[in-house]
Amino acid sequence: MTMAQITSPGPAQLLKFVREFGLTLTVVVLFTTLVLLIAGAPPLDAYFYILKGSLGSWVKISHVLKTWVPLTLCGAGLLYTFRIGLWNIGIEGQVMMGAVFATLTLRLGLNSQWPMWFLGLSFAAAALGGGLWALIAGFLKTKGGVNEIFAGLGMNFVAQGLILWLIFGPWKRPGVASMSGTEIFPQSLWLPYISSLRLSPAAIALAVTAVLITAVMLRYSRIGLCLKAIGGNSQACVLYGLTPTHFMLLAMMFAGGFAGIAGCLQVSGVYHRLLPAISSNYGYLALLVVMLSNYNVWVVPFVAFFFACLNVGSIQLPMMLQLDSSLAGVIQGALVLATLAVSAWRGRRAKIFEAQTQEAVAK
Amino acid sequence: MQKNLKQALIAICVAACIVAFATGVASAAKEQFKFGLLLVGPYNDHGWSQAHYEAGHYVEKNVSGTQMIYIDKVNPADRPGVTIPQLVDDLVEKGAKLIIANSDDMKDGTREAAAMHPDVKFLHISGDDVLTGKSGKNLTNLMGRMEYGKMMAGFAAAMTTKTGKIGYLGPLVNEETRRLAASCYLGARYAWEKVLKKDVKDLKFQVTWIGFWFNIPGVTADPTQVAQNFYDTGYDVVISGIDTTEAVVVAGQKRNEGKKVWAVPYDYVGACDGASAVCLGVPYFNWGPSYTELIKEAMGGSWSPKWLWYGPDWKNINDPDTSTIGFVYGAALGDDAKSALNTFIADLGTGKLNLFKGPLSYQDGTEFLKTGVSATDKQIWYMEQLLKGMDGQSSAK
Repeated sequence: MTMAQITSPGPAQLLKFVREFGLTLTVVVLFTTLVLLIAGAPPLDAYFYILKGSLGSWVKISHVLKTWVPLTLCGAGLLYTFRIGLWNIGIEGQVMMGAVFATLTLRLGLNSQWPMWFLGLSFAAAALGGGLWALIAGFLKTKGGVNEIFAGLGMNFVAQGLILWLIFGPWKRPGVASMSGTEIFPQSLWLPYISSLRLSPAAIALAVTAVLITAVMLRYSRIGLCLKAIGGNSQACVLYGLTPTHFMLLAMMFAGGFAGIAGCLQVSGVYHRLLPAISSNYGYLALLVVMLSNYNVWVVPFVAFFFACLNVGSIQLPMMLQLDSSLAGVIQGALVLATLAVSAWRGRRAKIFEAQTQEAVAK
Repeated sequence: MQKNLKQALIAICVAACIVAFATGVASAAKEQFKFGLLLVGPYNDHGWSQAHYEAGHYVEKNVSGTQMIYIDKVNPADRPGVTIPQLVDDLVEKGAKLIIANSDDMKDGTREAAAMHPDVKFLHISGDDVLTGKSGKNLTNLMGRMEYGKMMAGFAAAMTTKTGKIGYLGPLVNEETRRLAASCYLGARYAWEKVLKKDVKDLKFQVTWIGFWFNIPGVTADPTQVAQNFYDTGYDVVISGIDTTEAVVVAGQKRNEGKKVWAVPYDYVGACDGASAVCLGVPYFNWGPSYTELIKEAMGGSWSPKWLWYGPDWKNINDPDTSTIGFVYGAALGDDAKSALNTFIADLGTGKLNLFKGPLSYQDGTEFLKTGVSATDKQIWYMEQLLKGMDGQSSAK
């Protein structure tokens, strides 16, 4: 199955998906356990601490959700570009540009009487920033014939450079030259949150809305159908009067817009300032999330939640077992590789099955 | 029958008492004072973070009933998406009653976490939130008077240099790093003018900042390259102001290539280990005694928010139980320099010598201290620029 050939799943298909996911998970657990044993760590303890560290209390779950929101937003955005057959590696930079545009807007609201207006405006600005940044990569692809993977990677570096320059230059703290980040915003410009739970309802609402919009757009709208058609065969669709380049740009803008909003949340909801690592690698991570979800919009939030649990829970490893927390990355990477391996194995099996059937028919 | 019942009741009561007592004893023994330690760098960096990590162990050893939970590499580059309030939530859930945040980079996050956990005590190292009144009752600031250690570092460097060119490998630019670089320069200038009787114009003191407390590839300037560049352009002594050991490592490599170069590392008492050919000595922090004092206060209930700036114990600056700032002589320090440094340290200790005394000018020529005027603590803490005679950036361009 290629990424564009997605049909709505029936019960049999869902069962197959669950079965394959189970198989993948087993492979990953075996592999991770092996890694842990080689590192000389007790695997059961490690899994237990990750579980407890991510779901052990309400506050922990809130911290997981704080990671889940930007992952889900990026994942939703990537569904558009994957649907049309584009690899939007530039999503990381699009998160960063969202953060930059959000910071710019919030800075304008620093001494304002209506901070809430600027907070709201910052989301629009961030979506615009991310969208425009994605559009540049899109134009490079459609007009310049530059592969979107290289264009996106390049744009990521440019975005990072821009952030470093802003932090060290125009947006520096008074008297300070530090890569720590910009001056922290006053609390009036923070995204409101329930303090006992450390939870921002607005952020959760944004992520849920993004998933719903994406589901409706991709499944029920004309745009969604066109994206799918072009993703399936970009030459043939011209016969139906579709212009692939227009839809590619559109898909890029959607992806960039959602990523930009994720960047805005990183600024206004998490760090309350701009810093070099503002994107927290969520863009790259979201690519894995979407691949692992088999490009299915309803699966993305769950895989994103699982990845968020790993990210938050893995901090327990250095704290409790003096292990490096990069194990979370090992598990995530292994998951994706195992998924690809299982899907390749499935493809081969299907081919063999097909060949056997044809042979049988011929006889 | 009734007698039996009575006996049985008594037996049960006795047993219950024993069990209650035993569990009481057990829980009293189990009830430890846990403290959390957030380290900005790796716990074994041979620099800033290791000094804190070992102080945590010092407390565990010297204050009975204490237990440390630490987490290292607490910075957005090493742990993407992880915030200080999030880690503090976790440590508090684990039972920590006091949290130590060891970096300037954690200032805002620590303040935020302290507001969320009014019952937990916070110790923020190197900050000034208590001075500025931005923090609540549960936060204390602690810093060491490393200015003295840096003066000794500068002194040793100037006594050793053959080219008269000293490089300072600086982290980021802020008030703390400005005053520390300036202290180095003051020590170097004193040795150059007063001990070696040379013209101050022949002393070159260049400060190059990398942009953060340690190397973050792609974000900061690479300290290894900065150090190499110093040695390749005639600077024969490099003083480190960053959390990690690049200066002394590069010096060792250059020495193996046959260059006559030296380095002065920073922060950690063992930073010279393995670099005896090039290491002139190391000014270091010894956080153990001050940690002990503050943790005992928190345990005893006598905690109050303070802004503390502890200096060396001049009776013996290397006493591990009393001195917050120390200086270990390196094997590469010459005998003449050593004896001159002994006198220098003694004079600093008695107060005979005060290098933060006017006339002193800022880098752009504006007056910092009038003739004969000694700087107050606040004037030193909040230095606005580097000093006249130093090359390098005073603040962000």
